[in-house]
Amino acid sequence: MKTRDEIAQALAACGYIADAELSTAVSLMQLLKRPLLLEGEAGVGKTEVAKALACAYATELIRLQCYEGLDQSAALYEWNYQRQLLAIQAHHGADADAIEDQIFSEKYLLERPLLAAIRRETPPVLLIDEIDRADDEFEAFLLELLSDFQVSIPELGTITASAIPHVVLTSNGTRELSDALRRRCLYHYVDYPDVDREARIIMARIDSASASLSLQIARMVEGIRKEELRKVPGVAETLDWAAALVGLDVRDLHDVPETVFETMMCLLKTREDRARVTREVSQRLLGKVA
Amino acid sequence: MSCCGDHPSFEEIDEVSSLVAQRLSAFLKTLRDNGFAVGLAEGRDAASLMASGYAAKPGLLRSALKHLFSARKSDWDKFDGLFDAFWLGKRVRSRSITSGAAKAASSPSLKNLQDTGGTLGSQSATDQVPSADDGPGGRSGEGRMEGASRAENLSEVDFRKLADPEQIAQAHDAAKRLAKAMRTRLTRRDRARRRGYRLDLRRTIHRNISHGGVPISLVKRQRKDKPLRLVVLLDASGSMSMYTGVFLRFIHGVLDEFREAEAFLFHTRLAHVSGAMKERDAARALDRLSILAQGAGGGTRIGESLATFNRHHAARVIHSRTCVMIVSDGYETGDANLLGREMAALAKRCRRIVWLNPMLAWQGYAPVAAGIKAALPHVDLYAPANTLNSLAALEPYLARL
Repeated sequence: MKTRDEIAQALAACGYIADAELSTAVSLMQLLKRPLLLEGEAGVGKTEVAKALACAYATELIRLQCYEGLDQSAALYEWNYQRQLLAIQAHHGADADAIEDQIFSEKYLLERPLLAAIRRETPPVLLIDEIDRADDEFEAFLLELLSDFQVSIPELGTITASAIPHVVLTSNGTRELSDALRRRCLYHYVDYPDVDREARIIMARIDSASASLSLQIARMVEGIRKEELRKVPGVAETLDWAAALVGLDVRDLHDVPETVFETMMCLLKTREDRARVTREVSQRLLGKVA
Repeated sequence: MSCCGDHPSFEEIDEVSSLVAQRLSAFLKTLRDNGFAVGLAEGRDAASLMASGYAAKPGLLRSALKHLFSARKSDWDKFDGLFDAFWLGKRVRSRSITSGAAKAASSPSLKNLQDTGGTLGSQSATDQVPSADDGPGGRSGEGRMEGASRAENLSEVDFRKLADPEQIAQAHDAAKRLAKAMRTRLTRRDRARRRGYRLDLRRTIHRNISHGGVPISLVKRQRKDKPLRLVVLLDASGSMSMYTGVFLRFIHGVLDEFREAEAFLFHTRLAHVSGAMKERDAARALDRLSILAQGAGGGTRIGESLATFNRHHAARVIHSRTCVMIVSDGYETGDANLLGREMAALAKRCRRIVWLNPMLAWQGYAPVAAGIKAALPHVDLYAPANTLNSLAALEPYLARL
């Protein structure tokens, strides 16, 4: 995987239809060995990028889901305290040094995603999902890890990465990330796909969707996104909807306007949005779809 | 695509590369002038990108450098324009400063944003209870206080008056006291509510070393306290012009004193001004603010501004411990129903809404304007505030939130 076209093809083979900019981003990731920060609305397929990347590299995907209060023991490593206590009890009376050496060995170490990522022989794809949900302190710690790719465990020593993982960070923008972290990463803004790309995504993901139906669905969704909605449907919702329509044996949206309106529950997830896209609006949007 | 065809001779390479390096560093400077955080490491990476064939096509280079230099959505959006302007000589679409441009030669001063801190009393003759109707107002000149106007004021606002050191110190002082009062209160309540959490084995073992490792006293994991975040939305419309200066200084203090704070200005549009106001260089801060505040001093569309806020900023700046402070007189020229709806949406998101109304300090004022009427049901504290002193007097109320 060298050129952008090759990257795009490899991603497409894994079911991710990338635009030219994203392929550039991935090729830069390889060249500069920098992490890639993906931002964008919820549901535009940020996490999918990492999954597709892991598939394209034919390597393991290690995922760290961030949340408020995430700390080192959940992200990096933790000693298996229960087993350690048990071992201390079992070897009661034995040489203290020997016990200590034993209970602070690999056997009692619980590997968490970040440690796992830097200890793999072949470089895995490390997905740090929704980094904006983690605390500032964790972000600072992550910064250190991402620059040196080494971890020091006081009882065990320093562990240096055997292979530098491909790091993908995603953010929904619920919190402003620090400038330091942003600077260290390549930045890519994932936008809603255009009609053509969205149609190709539907065809790639849903086996029995025909080209004409996919295009119709993509056009329809594009129209819906232009309405004043509280929660704009993402690609995930489009796929849900397409799956629903295919499952209901719909061949052409114009044949079944009623079904189109009723299945919009796949796209519109708040009461206000549902109320806004009335039967008439649905008809009007459908009218615009060629 | 990643290789670059024929190999030129070494002298040529040297010649070309020094030229390219110069252009590149000039481009980096342009980016820095436009607010990009570009360090040395990025410059080096850019050079290595250009060396490895990405410079073959402008489109490819633009896309590659865009990923490298952008750090946020706003950078991402304006990068293409800057790139084209610098490398391809096209006109810049967005409003941005190219390297070496004369520093904001145009900042005509606005009379109606004069410093009102000390002169408030002497102007009281013109301070009248404003009528809610929307007429053009019979009086002319600086004392035009009648309701809100629909017009957008297109001139740029000069915030230079903000730089009076004494006033700034006072504003910071008020903000500091406020920050202290609000912080302690919320923390204590938070702690009382929470009891028992997951067991922290690491600390438990450590604590019980003196008992020979038998866990007698258990240590529970504590959730970290999130600092209170204050989000200030300041109405900078014409009807508020007397107070804009005071509150801008206050916002400056808030941004400095609170651990987490964000500030927005709104009139007919909403502008996020935290970045501009946090700028270290005071002159630059004022220039950026003047650009952002274009249209200040005109009419007010609170509902639409709040809608913009809810839609584009709320998810990012509001968390579970956020207090939103709206400073406005509530004269709405837009749709009052929209304001009501957006206030309801905002109330669902944040912890508390404080509405400070300078007009409330006047005798005989009653909240009859349609805007304020629609908003009031969603407000937790509705209080008068027109000077820094009155802000300081609010301390006990704000502390109780």
